[in-house]
Amino acid sequence: MVKNLKTFVILLSIAAACQFVITSGAASEQSASRQTVDFARDVRPIFERNCFGCHGAERAMSQLRLDVKRLAMKGGQSGAVVIPGDSKASLLMRRVLGLGGEQRMPFGREPLKPEQIEILRRWIDEGAVWPEWESGKSGEREIELPKHWAYVKPVRPQLPSVKDSKWARNPIDRFILSRLEKEGLRPSPEADKSTLIRRLSLDLTGLPPTLEEIDDFLADTSPRAYENLVERLLASPQYGERWGRWWLDAARYADTNGFEKDRDRSIWPYRDWVINAFNADKPFDQFMIEQIAGDLLPDATLDQRIATGFLRNSMLNEEGAVDPEQFRVEGLIDRVDAIGKAFLGMTINCAQCHAHKFDPIKHDEYYRFYAFLNQDEEPEIEVPTEAEKKKRAGILAGIAKIEDELLAKNPDLPQRMAEWELKAREDQVDWTVLENADVIGTNGVKFEELLDRSLIPRGDNPPTVVYYAKAKTDLKNITGFRLELLTDHTLPRGGPGRSTLGMALLSEFTVEAAPAAQPDKWKRLTISGATADYAAENSIKLAIDGNPKTSWSIDAGPGLRNQDRLAVFTPQSPVAGYDGGTLLKFSLEQKEFGGGAAERFEAPNIGRFRISLTTAPKPKADPLPPNARRILSIPAGQRTAEQRREVFRHYRTTVPEFAEANKAATDLMRRWPYAATTLVVTPRPVPRETRVFKRGDWKRPGEAVTPGTPSFLHPFPSDAPRNRLGLARWIADKNNPLTARVIVNRVWQQYFGQALVVSPEDFGMRCETPSHPELLDWLAVEFRDEATGRQGDGAINRDSQWSLKRTHKLIVMSATYRQSSTIKPESLQADPTNRLLARAPRLRVEAEVVRDIALRASGLLRLKIGGPSVYPPIPDGAMAVSFRSRSVWETSKGEDKYRRGMYTFWKRSVPYPSMSVFDAPNADMSCTRRTRSNSPLQALTTLNDAAFMEAAQSLALRVWKEGGADERAKMIYGFRLCTGRRPDEYELNRLLALLRKQQERFAGDTAAAVYVSSPDLNDLPSGVDLHNLAPWTIVARVLLNLDETITRQ
Amino acid sequence: MNHENEIKTEAKKMVTRRHFFKDCGIGLSSMALASLLSEAASANPQSTSKGTSKGRNPQLNDPLAPKKPHFAPKAKRVIYLFQAGAPSQLEMFDYKPGLAKYNGKPCPPELLKGQTLAFIKPDAALFATEFKFAKHGQSGAEMSEALAHLPKVADQITIIKSMMTDAINHAPAQIFMQTGSMQFGRPSFGSWVTYGLGSEARDLPAFVVLSSAGGTSGGSSLWGSGFLPTVFQGVAFRRGGDPILSLANPRGVSREMQRDSLDALKDLNEHLLERAGDAEIATRINSFEMAYRMQESAPDLMDLSKETKATLELYGAEPGKNTYANNCMLARRLVERGVRFVQLYHEAWDHHGQVHKGVKEQCKETDQANTALLLDLKQRGLLDDTIVIWGGEFGRTPMVQGEPDGSNALGRDHHNKAFTMWLAGGGFKPGITIGETDELGFNVAQDPVHVHDLHATILHLLGFDHTKLTYRFQGRDFRLTDVHGVVVDKALA
Repeated sequence: MVKNLKTFVILLSIAAACQFVITSGAASEQSASRQTVDFARDVRPIFERNCFGCHGAERAMSQLRLDVKRLAMKGGQSGAVVIPGDSKASLLMRRVLGLGGEQRMPFGREPLKPEQIEILRRWIDEGAVWPEWESGKSGEREIELPKHWAYVKPVRPQLPSVKDSKWARNPIDRFILSRLEKEGLRPSPEADKSTLIRRLSLDLTGLPPTLEEIDDFLADTSPRAYENLVERLLASPQYGERWGRWWLDAARYADTNGFEKDRDRSIWPYRDWVINAFNADKPFDQFMIEQIAGDLLPDATLDQRIATGFLRNSMLNEEGAVDPEQFRVEGLIDRVDAIGKAFLGMTINCAQCHAHKFDPIKHDEYYRFYAFLNQDEEPEIEVPTEAEKKKRAGILAGIAKIEDELLAKNPDLPQRMAEWELKAREDQVDWTVLENADVIGTNGVKFEELLDRSLIPRGDNPPTVVYYAKAKTDLKNITGFRLELLTDHTLPRGGPGRSTLGMALLSEFTVEAAPAAQPDKWKRLTISGATADYAAENSIKLAIDGNPKTSWSIDAGPGLRNQDRLAVFTPQSPVAGYDGGTLLKFSLEQKEFGGGAAERFEAPNIGRFRISLTTAPKPKADPLPPNARRILSIPAGQRTAEQRREVFRHYRTTVPEFAEANKAATDLMRRWPYAATTLVVTPRPVPRETRVFKRGDWKRPGEAVTPGTPSFLHPFPSDAPRNRLGLARWIADKNNPLTARVIVNRVWQQYFGQALVVSPEDFGMRCETPSHPELLDWLAVEFRDEATGRQGDGAINRDSQWSLKRTHKLIVMSATYRQSSTIKPESLQADPTNRLLARAPRLRVEAEVVRDIALRASGLLRLKIGGPSVYPPIPDGAMAVSFRSRSVWETSKGEDKYRRGMYTFWKRSVPYPSMSVFDAPNADMSCTRRTRSNSPLQALTTLNDAAFMEAAQSLALRVWKEGGADERAKMIYGFRLCTGRRPDEYELNRLLALLRKQQERFAGDTAAAVYVSSPDLNDLPSGVDLHNLAPWTIVARVLLNLDETITRQ
Repeated sequence: MNHENEIKTEAKKMVTRRHFFKDCGIGLSSMALASLLSEAASANPQSTSKGTSKGRNPQLNDPLAPKKPHFAPKAKRVIYLFQAGAPSQLEMFDYKPGLAKYNGKPCPPELLKGQTLAFIKPDAALFATEFKFAKHGQSGAEMSEALAHLPKVADQITIIKSMMTDAINHAPAQIFMQTGSMQFGRPSFGSWVTYGLGSEARDLPAFVVLSSAGGTSGGSSLWGSGFLPTVFQGVAFRRGGDPILSLANPRGVSREMQRDSLDALKDLNEHLLERAGDAEIATRINSFEMAYRMQESAPDLMDLSKETKATLELYGAEPGKNTYANNCMLARRLVERGVRFVQLYHEAWDHHGQVHKGVKEQCKETDQANTALLLDLKQRGLLDDTIVIWGGEFGRTPMVQGEPDGSNALGRDHHNKAFTMWLAGGGFKPGITIGETDELGFNVAQDPVHVHDLHATILHLLGFDHTKLTYRFQGRDFRLTDVHGVVVDKALA
């Protein structure tokens, strides 16, 4: 029966979809003798049962209310829903039938019954009679829709009054306590001091306290002891790592590109920028602005450019044959999503295909937002360290010195150079750039054409490849072809090639010609001449030797390699050409490399190139580097000193007698240090048009839009430019009702396990009501504006605006935070999920912290901050699921083996297993809320994973050496290292019993003792009997696996 | 169905019960603990049995406890044989005499209008298969000679020749096939199923991933849990050695030492539980016990040498190797032990060149084992309530692909408009072929089945209304089928 009904509804929808006429067939004829539909009797109950939940006074989704006549007739975000007398045209009918590709209403519930739909249809067709008095019941609520709370700028709320005024330490507590008192609950007593210091250390630095720190704190009985501790921890450099990692979740930071190829990327300088920003307590408005538009700030510093890596953290698909534009668009969609979640708590991406279902974001508003981000190029820039900068300057100074000496010794040089220049200028011939080339590559490589007609391959960079460029020319008697290899800031090291060093190899250059009228009649030309401005070891001829295993190499060595290069190829005899035009087909074979072990350095394929033709006699490659050539076109008198130097720098290499000096200069250049690189954005020279994508499909562009922010939020700052910087300022604007709330909410979540708004990524109309709305607003205002009065003098302290450290301090100083986490039955009954915070939560620590605790307890941890990501041990075979064979994991040596979890190389397609299992986010997309699971795989990891076993071995050795004279003392020491507290008698005895049993087990088993106690069999622990150490290793392993060890209580 | 509240309620019940004992002065007696941790107390962790739910304790805060779906299911578990790289339907199932007729001619432009092609150019010529086709079984299912074994079970499978998908690149298409979305970050099919049904495996993960041949384009997101809790994510078994990462004890740690350690851990964690009163501690105790049981039972699971010679020969399995055949056999052993969802990946079908040779080779690798799996499941009475899925992420073009430099000729490019999958068991109607493609095999001509429809159908057989198996995230109820999906009634027995 149910099934029949369903079928009927489907049939009904199909029939209606065709004509939007519900045939007055069986259903309605049965009730032929029907009476007129009565609103109160027939319609209102349907609305009440099915619609008011979302379209009533409480929620008014899509700004539609059906409970009040005037508002119902006015309609919602999509316009009128009821057109009296015309059910066909009434949106209400379309929506309850699920027509027009929109979600059927009522959303997420059973569809209306056919009889109900029929009632609605008749009601509308009969004129949608809705007697005025029927508005009576809710008439008093008939006011303009109140704006959703999150879209109204927060103002500082009054502190609520509480009965127990002694408990509250700061305003936070007033809000918490007032709610508890309302529910008849009492807060928990303050946790003991050893719990508090461990909690604070884990929360503020992500590390457990050392025993010395615990002892100092326990011994400090001064009233300021707690506050001093808080301040010390906030000032610790580990604070920046801990909270930097918190931000990196939202920033979806990872060390690879994702998707099938999942190539490594270097963007760790962004990660380090985040850590430094937290440690410096960079005002959060500035922190936000720099990440979105640091490059556009006046006189942007390198650091501010690095910050835009936030945008570049999107994944990038480089699978063979992808359409580069498709994944450029997907990258932008991801950026909108990340900004929406991280800064605005807005699921703006829901408006990618259609107007947002619940929030007032229109379809075109999504693309207006997107338009801000659609104007960029995506360079990879060098980030030299101070030492590297110094070394580079030294090299340049050394070379300048050599040159100065040449100039000093040869007073006739200016004269000789002028003569040379005159001759050099005569060398020039005219070149016609090949236009409208049809270019394809093998292995599905696809190209982007730039404004200067040069071509850049995007997507996969296969081990071997051939680029084909085909175009028509009307030139006759073509005497030469010029191939320019051009640098570009989107290429590695600036190119012009695609290898990790930006280098390229060209194995063969061939040309075919055909009459345009007979495009199948290809004739291969004989290329007899090849010259280049630079060819390593005179290799240019190898590009026309017919042997694909030998190539023209443009690598001029360190410091000199990443420059524009060019080659000129000449046919044996000029290409006469055909009347009606000639088709030319160029092939650029790049087949020498072929991959293999060196593949991880990426194939040296051409990154950006341009082909030109000439008819001038005997063309050859301009021996001048393009930059020197450009300077020559400037009249000598107008050149800067640097430009004159640049010309001389090239000129001297052409003078045979300077061979020695030239060699000395080149040798100096060989020491050029290569700096790390990072990914940033920078505006493209010509703006890109943004169009609405119909139904979100990038292949269906609709109307053009200009950059703009959603109209339901605060206005765009009138003095802000309509670019990313303007967007950034709009986000950080104090009138923004969302940002400050969203940030403090996520901070709160980190401390209490759940946020005040449980969906930190969604503050929209569908989010659950905050548990403590006034507290959220109070915190947001405190964070955004400044302290008022609490510091005593009431003075406005600009430094504390947008200060995250200050917000942290406020929270951890509260009595709410300091409560014990012990669960009391009565509060469990009243508040099972602890939303009201009658106790502190017990939280299993995050994935990275699980690792850090083990390393810290065992003494292995190395506290080096920043730098390239590291490769701690990984289980054998874990990388086998990776698509690319080159995905090897070379375990780091030395201190990098023991770095904090946050520095672990994050490979998106194969995330580091022991952290992934503890819910570290994949970084596929912005994550503002980690899950906290509890699974057997976690148990296996901390029990058996090699890194954790090594921690156990090291902890055992540490306990043995440092823990005191007897077993009791040692056991207490080890227990404290892991949990931060002394064991009670039961715990102590239980552990000692385990120790004794293991001592028996190892007594006669030297082999097992050696294996269990030693991470490296070639380097056994010295100064200790391994028979003694092995049982302690088993005990240490148990200590590291205690629930309490990996839990913040 | 939304289990979040259920899980919360369970947690609450559990803890209040614990407090009941405590408050009544009984303390956390061994009796109470035994009830809390019935598994931990189980005397014989080796014993396993199919279809029993006593393996898990639903009382505990265990999101993987077996759950009832929306209505009585036809199938209880799934084995998904994912032929990654995308096998050519035109070489195996979709016989197109039309292609032979137009072999070498350019594809009609009207077919290509609006079609995205990955590698080839729109002027690529049509390309007829070299394989001969024949009809098999009473159903007359068409298969090519590349398939030597599958014809034996032609009457037991449901062939869908009219599959369609949205993506034409491997990673997005694999992600789409496994999560119903091209964007990363959604829960995988297996995660949805384990979220909905829990697991009956007492000492193995609920959702297991096996792979042979190359690594997958989609990476570990293919079995990720997306925004669902991490416990629902697939566990990728290793190809060699121990199947699960960190399954073996560290060198020198004996089974006894491990047990001693876990006993101590249990005592100490129980002691803490009594003081702190946090249900999470009980869950952790249980996790450690289950970890131990995994350690105990996995070697037995992986030991294919215990199979009879006849069975090994049926599959063509060779103990000790990482082959597709071994994985098929392992899949059966896993479902026998209550694993809910077994996903095989065989990433070897991306035949841009030499598709004839490639399909022939891969059929040799897989055909016998696929057939054996069906026969074996049937013979053990498991096929009736186990769904077996075979297929890739998309199909291949009727047009030929060769590189512009002439290398790698006679292949086929990616094609999303029509491809073939087959299904068996678990309520699928055996011995029928659904859907047809046009004369050239380019578009679906009849009964289109979109990936979302396939998902809806499989969920239906598992007892779910696919529109109601949801999870609230970012203010929206998400589901495997997004906002699409129609159950393919024709495919149902």
